Amino acid sequence: MSGPERCPVTDWQTDFDHTAPEYAADAPAIWQELRETCPVAHSDRFGGTWLPTRHEDISAIAHDTEHFTSRGVIVSVLEPQVPAPVGYAPPISSDPPFHQVARSLLLPAFAPKAIRPIEAPTRAFCAQLIDQILSDLPASGVVDAAEQYAQHIPVRVIAHMLGVPAEDGDRFRGFIHRILEMAGQNDEPVAPDETMIHYIFTQIEKRRDEPSDDLIGFLLQAEIEGVPLTDDHVGGTIALILLAGIDTTWSAIGASIWYLAQHPEECARLIAHPELMPFAVEEMLRAFAPVTMARKVSQDVELGGKQLHEGDWVLLPFPSANRDPEFFENPNEVILDREKNRHAAFGLGIHRCLGSNLARMELTVALEEWLARVPEFELADPEAVLWSTGQVRGPRKLPIRILDPGTSTTTMGAR
Amino acid sequence: MKISFNREACQGHNRCYLLAPELFDVDDEGYAVLLVTGDVPEQLHAKAQLAVDNCPEYAITLTEENPPA
Ligand code: HEM
Ligand code: SF4
Repeated sequence: MSGPERCPVTDWQTDFDHTAPEYAADAPAIWQELRETCPVAHSDRFGGTWLPTRHEDISAIAHDTEHFTSRGVIVSVLEPQVPAPVGYAPPISSDPPFHQVARSLLLPAFAPKAIRPIEAPTRAFCAQLIDQILSDLPASGVVDAAEQYAQHIPVRVIAHMLGVPAEDGDRFRGFIHRILEMAGQNDEPVAPDETMIHYIFTQIEKRRDEPSDDLIGFLLQAEIEGVPLTDDHVGGTIALILLAGIDTTWSAIGASIWYLAQHPEECARLIAHPELMPFAVEEMLRAFAPVTMARKVSQDVELGGKQLHEGDWVLLPFPSANRDPEFFENPNEVILDREKNRHAAFGLGIHRCLGSNLARMELTVALEEWLARVPEFELADPEAVLWSTGQVRGPRKLPIRILDPGTSTTTMGAR
Repeated sequence: MKISFNREACQGHNRCYLLAPELFDVDDEGYAVLLVTGDVPEQLHAKAQLAVDNCPEYAITLTEENPPA
């Protein structure tokens, strides 16, 4: 069972638990061992779950919508409700043929050219966050880069896209914490007007009479074969974007800063050679891919010599695919100018992350603005870094020490 | 060197468009659009190779017509 009194894992081949803190702390080593000894591992936890670790198997599952359904994408002892409490979150929880319909609707809003106008406000916001951090810098120079920087960026960007006030971001973080991080572990009732669903439907109501050109307004005006979307479809999609776009991106930004804090020579190299940034961003995404998805087996099928049965859960650890030595040269080395990098951080096949262009822009801008103002920094206390558990992996506590407050004139005491 | 693109396999990862905008554009949904037909100009060989080597869906292929002797 999961939850507070979880049994410790004694054998990763037959009893793994991807929600265990040991897994969060050391996942790459666990995948490596499994890849070498038991590439499709099993656990009775969560009602029966498989953990493939080779790129080949993970890719095969992601491309096989006949034997694997997206009805369940977050492994839980409960039957799929994706993501709770919205039982229906197209397109992530949809299979063909409906998947393509729900996805096509959203694709134009997330295409590279559509997100380009969001870059300048994102840049300004990152700069403002860092200036604030530097002007409030304690004498120790120590700040939490996960809490004080990385976390805020995707929240602000999503609020901007949805057309809701920036201050609502604090509420988004509360929703995410409750729904994703504490899934299945909190029984405390939530006041009805404090729920995410209530928040979303209030925003929908607001736009009923006053059409808006934000993403919510866009969905309210969208049609499938001449029929407007149901409120549940609109609400479910907004919920999905809130849940899928925030802690994922937060994790990617945090993990990159964690890596750079330990490699001053790489910071210097990126500052001297900004043209490396596009490669460096993809390499960070490869090496520290935050997202593991899941599927349910919809028809009995064999995988890597194991017999999978209908109803079983299968984890899709894209981060493990990204560390497979059969697929990448020196997978455990971070090579910022890696030229051959078919990483799967954003998934593979028809569910390729809808927000990938946005996430890539956010990560790029977040790192560029950071390095421009904080060229020198180090981990303040490596032991204090805390990685999230579950299917989205990234640093949630990341104390770093800022060594050189930079030369930006807008910093230091400008407030 | 000839380049070909398989629209069926493309899932819009947009790696090609970022790495080789001279060879690839994107449509309104974010799927790749190959801008050249057939031969890749000499000066774009390296970029074409980068696009191939970073497409997670193997949607791009290069074929060498006259392999170097
Ligand atoms: C670095 C940040 C991110 C990572 C690593 C990531 C990763 C992923 C992965 C692996 C999938 C595949 C799901 C599957 O195969 O079942 C996915 C799907 C999705 N992502 Fe992201 N994501 C990120 C950021 C975002 C952002 C910023 C948004 C939106 C604002 C977003 C929205 C979505 C949506 C809507 C889907 C479902 C697509 C579909 O099923 O067709 N993601 N993401
Ligand atoms: S990199 Fe591959 S999958 Fe992505 S847009 Fe280009 S061709 Fe399509």
